[in-house]
Amino acid sequence: MEVYLGVDVGSVSTDLALIDDDGNAVESLYLRTNGQPIRAVQEGIRVLARRIGPGVAVRGAGTTGSARRLAGVMIGADVVKNEITAHAVAALKVVPEVQTVLEIGGQDSKLILIRDGVVVDFAMNTVCAAGTGSFLDHQASRLGIPIERFGEIALRSKHPVRIAGRCGVFAESDMVHKQQMGYAVEDIIAGLCEALVRNYLNNVARGKQILGPVVFQGGVAANEGIRAAFEKNLGQPVIVPPFHGVMGAIGVALLAKEEVERTGRTGFRGFALSEFDFRTSSFECQGCANRCEVVEVRLGSEVQARWGDRCGRWSDLERPVQRPDESECLSCAG
Amino acid sequence: MGTSPEVFREVLAALGNEVVIPPRPNRRTLSLGTKYSPEFACLPYKILMGSYLEAIEMGADTIVASGGVGPCRAGQYAPLHELILRDLGHEVDVIVFEPPRLDLRDFLGKISALNAKGLSAWQIIKLIQAGLKKLGALDSLERLSHRVRARELVRGSTTPVYRKALQLVYAAQGAREIDEAYSRAEGLLREVPQKSGYEPLKVGIVGEIYVLLEPSANLEIEEALGEMGVETERSIYLTGWTRESKLLGKPGRYNRTRVKEVAGPYLGEMIGGHGQDSVGHAVMYAKRGFDGVIQLAPFTCIPEIVAKSVLERVSREFALPVLSITLDEQTGKAGLLTRLEAFVDLMKRRRR
Repeated sequence: MEVYLGVDVGSVSTDLALIDDDGNAVESLYLRTNGQPIRAVQEGIRVLARRIGPGVAVRGAGTTGSARRLAGVMIGADVVKNEITAHAVAALKVVPEVQTVLEIGGQDSKLILIRDGVVVDFAMNTVCAAGTGSFLDHQASRLGIPIERFGEIALRSKHPVRIAGRCGVFAESDMVHKQQMGYAVEDIIAGLCEALVRNYLNNVARGKQILGPVVFQGGVAANEGIRAAFEKNLGQPVIVPPFHGVMGAIGVALLAKEEVERTGRTGFRGFALSEFDFRTSSFECQGCANRCEVVEVRLGSEVQARWGDRCGRWSDLERPVQRPDESECLSCAG
Repeated sequence: MGTSPEVFREVLAALGNEVVIPPRPNRRTLSLGTKYSPEFACLPYKILMGSYLEAIEMGADTIVASGGVGPCRAGQYAPLHELILRDLGHEVDVIVFEPPRLDLRDFLGKISALNAKGLSAWQIIKLIQAGLKKLGALDSLERLSHRVRARELVRGSTTPVYRKALQLVYAAQGAREIDEAYSRAEGLLREVPQKSGYEPLKVGIVGEIYVLLEPSANLEIEEALGEMGVETERSIYLTGWTRESKLLGKPGRYNRTRVKEVAGPYLGEMIGGHGQDSVGHAVMYAKRGFDGVIQLAPFTCIPEIVAKSVLERVSREFALPVLSITLDEQTGKAGLLTRLEAFVDLMKRRRR
């Protein structure tokens, strides 16, 4: 069998997906990043290799998520894509007529508007994480409820309590207050789901036209309570695709497939990369007042990539070896 | 802001002042500025605060700043800066220039306060004219750099050449030298190897003046877009703005009256800052067939918040992709690049 690999390395989770020649997901994997993207990617590749066994050839690979560059260097990606495009591509594959994609992940949430199969607008939350998975996680553990059961408990509620959802801090203190007043836990949880949905629609989706079909993806889509609150608020059905948690990885695998079909070759390093000795380090460039923090990725002793510099003197590996204290900057006037 | 400090340095030095220019706003500037600013002040305020403190460290005893008109907090910034600087124990004078059309006598008074050498009125006019000429040359050079960068054959090859070209213009003295330096600088930029037959995406950039003009405040958005192969045009250039404020000379191509006219159906009121301009310019970019518009707004900037809501309607009516970016000291470049990449993908797919 021939497959394409997609890797989505986010702040909270690292997701991997394999798709077949028809673009259907055949295998997927979800891991915690735990602040160690290199280890998460290698662990993911190792588990994936074990699951699929021999006889499966990876024809192409792509990366997305906030660590997409690092992951791209590690696996030898054919495509390194932002997560908005990746999510849209995956949603279009599952529901070709989709017009709206709601995506809520660990630390960010997005809204993508699609018309006639083309992304026409998007929004991402910026400063506020009140409506995201991390916040739900935190509240679940505070209430002593496993996050997996959060949605099911919310659905049991007959009279959701109104929770202030504008800000995570206020939401939490309001929840504590409602608990102390003696409201039932399912009503509080259902109220929290509705507050988060209100927050999302007021902040991320402000002023945007949400038309169906609506697809809801990202880790939080597993939460039945949030999905129900979206349906209630939007007054229309909300589709949660089967691989909702790894749509970014699927999307970038689809893009890798497109790319490899065009170029006819792949840079994928093979499953052995899970045993490679990747290391990253960083230093502050002293070349000018910007004091760029440059990241260096090494495989063994060999530098594979650098980034973080504004002027490009470090990212360009063809340039002769330099020292961080060299007082020259390629882009500054000084 | 941007390339202008060098020119102001020159004019003030010619008037007989010893001039220090704080470093290009960097991380230290921002942490200094943030530490000594009200939390909800906007990014331009905080950067300026940091820059003033850095200038004082370098020995400055007088700060020359620009004021502002209309209902935007920026008009109060200079007095607030001065108050905080004095609270910190810095005995500095702050001289704030307001547009001369509002109060000519005030304007002239401030000029003469800075006229340490006692230059004649005629000499001062000549000086200001040369300064404006140089600002104009720098602006033209910058516009050209955005066209060239979008088409560069080797990614990143334009910026170093542009820096070199700027130095040529900076060094020029007097009208004739400025002309000569400009044509040499232009030649340098045009020699950067470019892709032939490549039609880059065109993006108009609108928003609040400071974050538009100061690349370090907008995380070098125009450079980043250029290196993604996108040509950018800005709604505000300093020389355009000084002309509009009737500092000297006649209105340019995008005079305010025209901007107000096209913004009218969407936002009929002057709401302070550059809110109405952002809307008007977005409409003009749409009519000129641009692929998209990016709005840059400092976090908590009311005029731009209003403009953002209005831009949603402009975007719908003209089927024009609009991306609003809010900037504050927390804004990271990684998040910005993610949005820019997605926006560029979106525009590319629409074109197909």
